[in-house]
Amino acid sequence: MLNEKLRINKKILENDFEKKPIRDGFGEGLVAAGEENKNVVALCADLMESTRTEAFAKKFPERFFEVGVAEQNMATIAAGLGISGKIPFISSYAIFSPGRNYEQIRTTICYNDSNVKIVGAHAGISVGPDGATHQATEDIAVMRALPNMKVVVPCDALEAKKATIAAAKVWGPVYIRLGRAKSAVVTTEETPFRFGKAELLWHPTHGRQITKPDVLIVGCGTLIHNSILAAKELESDKINVSVLNVHTIKPLDEHAILNHAGRAVAVVVVEEHQIAGGLGGAVAELLARALPMPMEFIGIRDTFGESGQPRELIEKYGMGVGDIKEAVRKAMKRKGIV
Amino acid sequence: MANIHEDGLKYLEEFATRIREKVVETLLEAGSGHSAGPLGMADMFSALYFHILNHNPKKPNWSDRDRLILSNGHICPVQYVTLAYAGYFPVEELKTLRKINSRLQGHPHRGSLPGVETTSGPLGSGLSQALGVALAAELDKKKYWTYCIASDGEHQEGNFWEAVMFAGKHKFLNIILIVDRNNIQISGYTEKVMPLEPLRAKYEAFNWHVLEIDGHNIEDFIDAVSEAKAIYEKPTVIIAHTIPGKGVSFMERDYLWHGKPPDKDEANAALKELRTLGDKIQSEY
Repeated sequence: MLNEKLRINKKILENDFEKKPIRDGFGEGLVAAGEENKNVVALCADLMESTRTEAFAKKFPERFFEVGVAEQNMATIAAGLGISGKIPFISSYAIFSPGRNYEQIRTTICYNDSNVKIVGAHAGISVGPDGATHQATEDIAVMRALPNMKVVVPCDALEAKKATIAAAKVWGPVYIRLGRAKSAVVTTEETPFRFGKAELLWHPTHGRQITKPDVLIVGCGTLIHNSILAAKELESDKINVSVLNVHTIKPLDEHAILNHAGRAVAVVVVEEHQIAGGLGGAVAELLARALPMPMEFIGIRDTFGESGQPRELIEKYGMGVGDIKEAVRKAMKRKGIV
Repeated sequence: MANIHEDGLKYLEEFATRIREKVVETLLEAGSGHSAGPLGMADMFSALYFHILNHNPKKPNWSDRDRLILSNGHICPVQYVTLAYAGYFPVEELKTLRKINSRLQGHPHRGSLPGVETTSGPLGSGLSQALGVALAAELDKKKYWTYCIASDGEHQEGNFWEAVMFAGKHKFLNIILIVDRNNIQISGYTEKVMPLEPLRAKYEAFNWHVLEIDGHNIEDFIDAVSEAKAIYEKPTVIIAHTIPGKGVSFMERDYLWHGKPPDKDEANAALKELRTLGDKIQSEY
């Protein structure tokens, strides 16, 4: 069942749940961060509407800078602002920033230790009809490999809002990854968000009693909803699953992952990203060192996406609820269970 | 114009020669690094740190200081030597350049060494960082000036022109760009590798005010900076025509000296030539 302490939106288990683009939450969070701290500034590369920086630009025109279609310039101007007491948020599609401007981010933001927040919108395959050129599916791997960089992947609009406000308060470079499509609002205003702390959204129950999971699902971003739906369906098949939302991939909440994985026999990692180098890689690096156990990975399998509707793409590329359930069963089989 | 008196000018010129000597010694000790650019820029570094910049080596993070953003980080030996002479860190420490556990990294790293404003080396990103620093000054209503030194070769980077375009839009910023027009880059002459000319016309087309000077004439440089500060309807670029390897005859104008240090014999020959310039300088080496 849903972890009641976290005030998760119960409607997500039904069919009429609220949907909202994750990037909307970023736009709201940016305005809130700007209200809290006058040093928050925003830069945009001709995608003010798409990345939802419009509200900030209207409210704080003197703190908003349009750089045109020039992501390398956006990152490096922000680097200069960030070493001069400002807290710049730079936003574009993830494929362009941090895609095109990787080296500038490495040298002038990370190695320079400049207080820049990089917001990559339209990440993942669920970008949809624009096709593979615009679907960033490698960005987590690239960003989490950078020294000094922190990486956050919010699971819905509300979490994106909280993550944005939190990122403004955390010193140093932060990458925030946002999806494009309208997606389920999993959390509520009351759900806590602690930067760097994973939250257990779903735990197996026997009656009202919380029981031991067979498998721990570790997920992030847009696929948290599918993970919870898979956990619920597996429950009726008498398979016990926990779902841990690791919104902060770096620094990784090692304590929470080891704690929850330690109660299960296997781990399934779920993310809308290449299997290589993403959250799955981060969790595997931890478990291989501290708690070796069977793992399965839900994600994109070393391929580019294509045009299509978000839901169709998630299904076609193996990240649907059925795929997650299958991965859980496969992981259990490796331990001789099921 | 008289933005500096004669004695002051003579002092800066002599100091430039001392900087050149120390650059040669430092590169010899390091065993790797770039020779031509640092020697070519010694006059302007002398003028910047001992006359133009409003700075305090005892308070390197003083919030009202002028900022010098070195975009072409590979010429850092001239900046390190000048910073050491200005009092940012002990001159003795120059011997650690490019060695393990040193604050003097092969390319500058902000945070390692006092006086280094940005991490640089990868080309084409300095002007936009300088613009960010200048934007912050404007937002905070600070009066400091941001200077950016860039090489000519790095104008081949796309990022550079993105920044030039942005500056043409935000034209009231307190920023002065100094381009080291020495005509060489690592694999040859700029006009052969990828022509930059007409450079002046390019800047003018991007809505900049352009000044061209002899980069070894310190008085002209000081006057140009003074004029740049008076032109506030446009950003100003000072295109400083310099001789790569200036002061060491066998290095001058030879692109092969872009990216290598002198060996023992070459360093001795270079130092001999520098030290006998009018018998002005007594070396401590």
